[in-house]
Amino acid sequence: MSGIAQAFRRHPELMVAAVLVVTVVTIGLVNPLFWQPSNLFSLLRASVITGILGLAVLLVMLSGGIDVSFPAFAIAAMYLTVKAMIAWGFDSILPAFAMATGIGLLLGLVNAVFVHYLRMIPLIVTLGTGTAVRGFILGVVGTSQINIDQMPPKLIDFARTQLFSVTQADGSQAGLSAMVLVYAVIALLIHLLLRHTMLGRGIYALGGGEEAARRVGFNIRQTTFLIYGLAGAIAGFAGLLHGAMIWTANPRDMVGLELDVIAAVVLGGASIFGGRGSVIGTILGGLTLVVITNSLIILGIDTTWQRVVVGLIVIAATAATAWRDRKRIA
Amino acid sequence: MTAIAQRLRRLDTNLLQLALLTLLIFAGMAALNPERFLRPYVFESITFVAPELGLLAIAMMVAMLTGGIDLSVIGIANLSCILAGLFFHAVGAPRGPELANLGWPLVAAGIALALGTGLLAGAVNGLLITRLRVTPILATIGTGQVFTGICLVLTGGPAVVGFPKLWGLIGNGTAFGIAVPLIVFLVVAALVWFMLARTAFGINLALIGTNARAAAFAGLRTGRTVFLSYVLTGGLASIAGILLSGRTNAAKSDYGVSYLLQAVLIAVLAGTNPAGGRASVPGIVLALAALMLLSSGLQIMRFSNFLVDLIWGGFLLLSIALAAWRNRTR
Repeated sequence: MSGIAQAFRRHPELMVAAVLVVTVVTIGLVNPLFWQPSNLFSLLRASVITGILGLAVLLVMLSGGIDVSFPAFAIAAMYLTVKAMIAWGFDSILPAFAMATGIGLLLGLVNAVFVHYLRMIPLIVTLGTGTAVRGFILGVVGTSQINIDQMPPKLIDFARTQLFSVTQADGSQAGLSAMVLVYAVIALLIHLLLRHTMLGRGIYALGGGEEAARRVGFNIRQTTFLIYGLAGAIAGFAGLLHGAMIWTANPRDMVGLELDVIAAVVLGGASIFGGRGSVIGTILGGLTLVVITNSLIILGIDTTWQRVVVGLIVIAATAATAWRDRKRIA
Repeated sequence: MTAIAQRLRRLDTNLLQLALLTLLIFAGMAALNPERFLRPYVFESITFVAPELGLLAIAMMVAMLTGGIDLSVIGIANLSCILAGLFFHAVGAPRGPELANLGWPLVAAGIALALGTGLLAGAVNGLLITRLRVTPILATIGTGQVFTGICLVLTGGPAVVGFPKLWGLIGNGTAFGIAVPLIVFLVVAALVWFMLARTAFGINLALIGTNARAAAFAGLRTGRTVFLSYVLTGGLASIAGILLSGRTNAAKSDYGVSYLLQAVLIAVLAGTNPAGGRASVPGIVLALAALMLLSSGLQIMRFSNFLVDLIWGGFLLLSIALAAWRNRTR
């Protein structure tokens, strides 16, 4: 018994994995339709955007900050890129994603300037930049939604790519979106950065304590700019991917999404005090959140309960993390 | 003359800067559109709209005083007035003359219900933050979702329309030619000012915000004091909810969402240190006046709400930069 407890303490991801397994089994018992390939594939597909954005938030939370500006950055990158693609008539995937990522990167660097040079709490900085960017997009760029008939076709084709498809019991086809692979590649890159490069170790060190990290010899400015720049770039990329996956570019989209994403990241075991958290935990946390919120209908629960459920998940996960970290300190 | 100069010098430089900013905005708006801005109607409408925002800003300031933040204030405000509204609809016939003419004992009961909800919600936040040691940001993000979620579950989405006349008087009425909400705001602001500046509770809060560990070693009961500060925050938020629903004669789960950023902005602009330790109620009043003049001036110039959002966000970032610059010269 104590062996299990020790394993949980050493690998917090096991705890999240256990929560995910219990959730999935429970939902599957209540309604066996859950196990249909089409449902499982759509859940995986639904976790792509939340998950990629969760990786951006993870970077910021590892350093002891919090970011609420990323939905605005994602939407800004998506809307500006799609507008540019239509206006300038370019319809290729790579330049489009490069542009969206670049816009996100620039916006992220603005956050970094405020956090590093002006020494302001990340929450308040990102609240300001997020509101300003969304105000700029809606007030200056435009409020009209770009629908499927105007969306660049190659973008939609790219997002429609399927890895493989299976035939279900009733004869219909269910395919797994290739975007899951995009998500996996990004997650792998972030994992390698965090675990196997000095830059990544610097992010953990900064979260452990800024003064300590400085004395060990980490470049705090470089690390801060890396964190917020990379978080912004990931958000920009995810924004365009989101637009491509839902075949619309809506500048009012993703309002309030920050709460779901933050919920996923804290569910994955990241601590807002910084220095604790992992890519695997975040992926599992994102999956768990998506499974729970998307299964309310299958479970026969009214969807108006969704916010209550997400809120309770945040509270439970943060309370558990706080309890875990207190044990560590004691 | 020298006595006046000395007294002026003793005043907080931050307050002087704020007063100057308010004057500048007033002069600027008056110069840009004199015939439309300089009308009594403009200032009269400010006295009705500003108080609810001012109360939310004071609530935010109280949470920031100990280095925390309360992101659930909007949820608390909405939940309080939705519960009161449902109570009125239950005791009076919905929307009938009976509802509008409810007697003062029942209206007083509704006010008690709303205030009690706010205090209870604040207590939940306080317990999570002091007992379970969840960080204020995540605890109040979570509870804010839960409170808003309960609003959605209770109403199913649409607004609760129709409040008693007496209730509407709190948000719409005038007494001695002055807007009732303004009177409520000034009385509450004076009480909070007295509590923070002249009682042991307020001094303790500032000490805890300056250095929580030192305060604990000095023998202060930090847990209980911080808990009470969140109860106070919840109570203030519910008063803001009463004013909002009284003014609009309706209550809805997503009213006042943009107030969250504005409350943070006013608190920061007023010289509150988000890291804790410094807060000023007179600063809030001045910052509120400055921003209300700015926003009604922009509305008169037919700026879209999105552009106003852009300006609010930019203002928040600007005030952060100003605060950083001020601290550097000191």
